Amino acid sequence: MYQYDQYDHLIVRERIAQYRDQVQRRLSGELTEEEFLPLRLQNGLYMQRHAYMLRIAVPYGLLSTAQMRMFAHIARKYDRGYGHFTTRQNIQFNWIELEHTPDILADLASVEMHAIQTSGNCIRNVTSDELAGVAADEIIDPRPYAEVLRQWSTFHPEFIALPRKFKVAINGALEDRAAIAIHDIGLTVVKNEAGEIGFKVMVGGGMGRTPIIGTTIREFLPREHLLTYTEAIMRVYNQYGRRDNKYKARIKILLKAIGAEEFARQVEEEWADLKGTEETLTLEEMERVIAYFQPHPYEALPAIDPRTGHEDNKAFANWLGRNVKAHKQPGYAAVILSLKKTGVPPGDATAEQMDFMADLADRYSFGELRVTHEQNIVLADVKQSQLFDLWKEAKAHGLATPNIGLLTDIICCPGGDFCSLANAKSIPISAAIAERFDHLDFLHDIGDIELNISGCINACGHHHVGNIGVLGVDKDGSEWYQVSIGGAQGNATAIGKIIGPSFSAHQMPEVIDRLLQVYLRERTLDEKFVDTVQRLGIAPFKEHVYATPITEPGRLVGEDEYA
Amino acid sequence: MPDQKIIKGNQIVADDWTVLRLEEGQEPATAEVAAGKVIVPLKVWQAQKETLAGRADIGVWLNSDERPEELTEELAENKFDVIAVNFPKFTDGRGYSIAYNLRKRLGYTGELRAIGDVLRDQLFQMKRTGFDAYAPRPDRSIEDALKGLTVFSETYQASVDDKLPLFRRHVRTTGVREHNDIGSGI
Ligand code: HEM
Ligand code: SF4
Repeated sequence: MYQYDQYDHLIVRERIAQYRDQVQRRLSGELTEEEFLPLRLQNGLYMQRHAYMLRIAVPYGLLSTAQMRMFAHIARKYDRGYGHFTTRQNIQFNWIELEHTPDILADLASVEMHAIQTSGNCIRNVTSDELAGVAADEIIDPRPYAEVLRQWSTFHPEFIALPRKFKVAINGALEDRAAIAIHDIGLTVVKNEAGEIGFKVMVGGGMGRTPIIGTTIREFLPREHLLTYTEAIMRVYNQYGRRDNKYKARIKILLKAIGAEEFARQVEEEWADLKGTEETLTLEEMERVIAYFQPHPYEALPAIDPRTGHEDNKAFANWLGRNVKAHKQPGYAAVILSLKKTGVPPGDATAEQMDFMADLADRYSFGELRVTHEQNIVLADVKQSQLFDLWKEAKAHGLATPNIGLLTDIICCPGGDFCSLANAKSIPISAAIAERFDHLDFLHDIGDIELNISGCINACGHHHVGNIGVLGVDKDGSEWYQVSIGGAQGNATAIGKIIGPSFSAHQMPEVIDRLLQVYLRERTLDEKFVDTVQRLGIAPFKEHVYATPITEPGRLVGEDEYA
Repeated sequence: MPDQKIIKGNQIVADDWTVLRLEEGQEPATAEVAAGKVIVPLKVWQAQKETLAGRADIGVWLNSDERPEELTEELAENKFDVIAVNFPKFTDGRGYSIAYNLRKRLGYTGELRAIGDVLRDQLFQMKRTGFDAYAPRPDRSIEDALKGLTVFSETYQASVDDKLPLFRRHVRTTGVREHNDIGSGI
C-alpha cells in the first residue's frame, strides 16, 4: 500500500498544527461556531445528536494493521470502545470531544492517516473497489490513480469551498464494485484498442433528495490527463454550480440544467487550456505510485477446493459460498469478514474486534485490510489452505456470519440514534428485520439481495439503489418508513421505485416478508430478487404488500397517506 | 480612509483605495464615483466606462457571480492597477476560480485583492489562487490574519502561485517511514 514520503508527512503535520490552532481559537471564542463549522467539517468533525462525530479517511478503503489497531486505540481512549465503518469506506467515531480532536489527529498521523476532507463542501475521500488488485475480473488496479487523485485534491486551494460536497469513485474491473454511477465523478479504468490505459469519465451521479445516475461525458481519457481533466470539471462546477439552494447544489443538478453535452463542451473548453501543461501527470510519478501497489509476494500454490477434508461441515460451506471471493492468484482467496451479525448495528466494530481483525490480517493476509462500501471488512490475500483455520477464528469473534450479499447484509446509516439530520431511526429497523429473518437456510434460499436503509432523504444508507430500499420519513412528528424496490448498484445501477404509502417501524419486517413471498412465488430458476422485480414491475409486489392489513396496535397498513 | 490597512504581499500596509459598494436601489449608471483612488463594481465600470476610462485612479471589483472574461478587452490594454474579488460569504469559493482565471487565462498581472468576508483561514488558498492583497474583515485582527498566509510549506497541486505540482518540483522517493516502529505509539 501507499507509504507517505517526507512531503506527505510534512503536509499532515502542518495540518495538525493548523487545526489545533483553529480548535484553540474556537475554544477561546475568537472563532464563532458559524466560522468554525466549515473548518471542522473539512476535518470530518460533525456535531451530532449527543456528541461530536469524527470521520477518519481510509483512502479507497485500504488499511494496514497498524492503522486498524490505531482505530481500536482511538475507540478505547477517546470513544466508547467501538467505531462505525461507513458506506464511503471510512470510519466514524460517535462520542468524541472537541478538545481531543487535535490529539487524535496526531495519533492518526503516526500511522499515516488523517481526517482531511472527509466532510464539507470539498472533494471527499476517493473510494474504490474493495477487491482492487486481487479481483479476477480486474483490468487495471485503480488504487494508484485513486492515490494520485487523493494527493491532488488534498487542500486543493481552488476547490475547498465548492457549492456542495464532491465525491469521486474509481473502478478498474469489469464488474463495478465501487458504485461509480452514483458519484459526482465515476471513473472506470479502460484500455483502448492500442492497449493504452485511460478512463471512462462519468459525471453527475448522486443520491440524496434527487437520485440521479451519472452520465458518461468522455469515453476515453488517457491516464496522464486525469488531473487536468478533473480540474476542468471542478472549475466548471465551482463557477456554475448552484449556490442558492443546498439541495440543488450538486453537480448532477448543473448537468441536468444545462445538459450533459453542453456540460462536456464547457469542460473540454476549460481543459483545452490545461491539457499538456506541467500539471499533466508524468510517467515517473505514475510509476512511483504504482510501485506501492505491486502484488504481494505470493507463493506458487495450486488452486485447491477448500472444502476438501471438511465436506460435512455445512457451516463452513455456507461461509465459503458467501464470504469468500475469487482471487487472481491461484491458491489464494479474498475473505469478507461480516460486520452484520444479528444484534449489532451494521458496520459497527468493537475495539477488540478491530484488534482481532488486524491480528488476522497479520497472520493470514500480508498485514492489510479493506473496508467495503457495504460496511464489511475484507482480508484480500488469504491462502485457500488456511481458510478453514481463519473461519474458525473469525467465527469465535462474531465475524463469520455467512451472509455477504444476503438479506441480513444490510447497509444502514446511523439514523436517529446518532444523526441529527435523521427523520427516523434506522438501526432498530435493520435489527428487527435481521431478527425476523435470522434463519440461514431461508436467507440462502432467497439468495443475492440488497436491503439498504437510510434514516432520511440524504441517503447515507444508499436506499435508492437497494433492491429493497427503506427510507425513514417524518409524518406529523412520528417515524414512518417508505419502501422502494428494484434499485440496484453496480454495472446495472438503477434507482428503486416507491411501492406506496409508508409503514410504521413495527410493520417493516412483515413488509419485507410479503415482498419476499411474491418473489418466491414468481421467480424463475436462478432469478435474483431484483431481476424478478425488473421483469414484473412493482405492481404484483405492491398489491400483495397492501392486500391485507398488517396489524399493529392502533394502525393498519395503508392507513398513512404519505407517498 | 487614511488609516485603513490591508495585507499586501506578506506585509501589513496602509491602503489609499476606497471600495465603492452600491446601496440598495442605487443604479450603476448614476452612482457617483468620488475623486481619488476608487475600486468600483464591475457594473459601475461598464455603465460609466466612457467617463471613468479617462481616470488613472480607478480599479474594479467583481462579485463572485460575475465573470472575469467581461474584462478581457480592458485587461489586454492593462487598464487596471487593482482588481478586487468580493467574497460575499467566506463559504463562497467562486472567488478562487475567478482569481485563477484572471491570472492564468487572462494574464492579469496587477494587484489582485480579496475583499468582503475575508478571514484568516482563507488567506492561504487565496494566495495560492493568485491573490496578492487581502482586506480582512475589519472586525478581526489584521496581525492574526497575516498568520494565515504561512500555514503550509508544501502543497501537492499546482495553482497560480506555483505552476509545478509537487511531483515535478521535487524528486519524490518511495515512502520514508518517520518511525520505523510505525504505530508503536498506541
Ligand atoms: C454511517 C454514516 C454515514 C455515511 C455512510 C454517510 C454517507 C453518505 C452518503 C453515501 C451519502 C449520499 C451521497 C450522494 O448523494 O451520493 C450521504 C449523503 C449525505 N450525508 Fe452522509 N453519511 C453518514 C453520516 C452522515 C451524518 C452523520 C451526517 C450528518 C451530519 C451526514 C450528512 C449527509 C448529508 C447532508 C447528505 C446529503 C447530501 C446531498 O445533498 O446529496 N451523513 N452521506
Ligand atoms: S441518511 Fe440521514 S439519517 Fe442517515 S446518516 Fe445520513 S443524514 Fe443521517
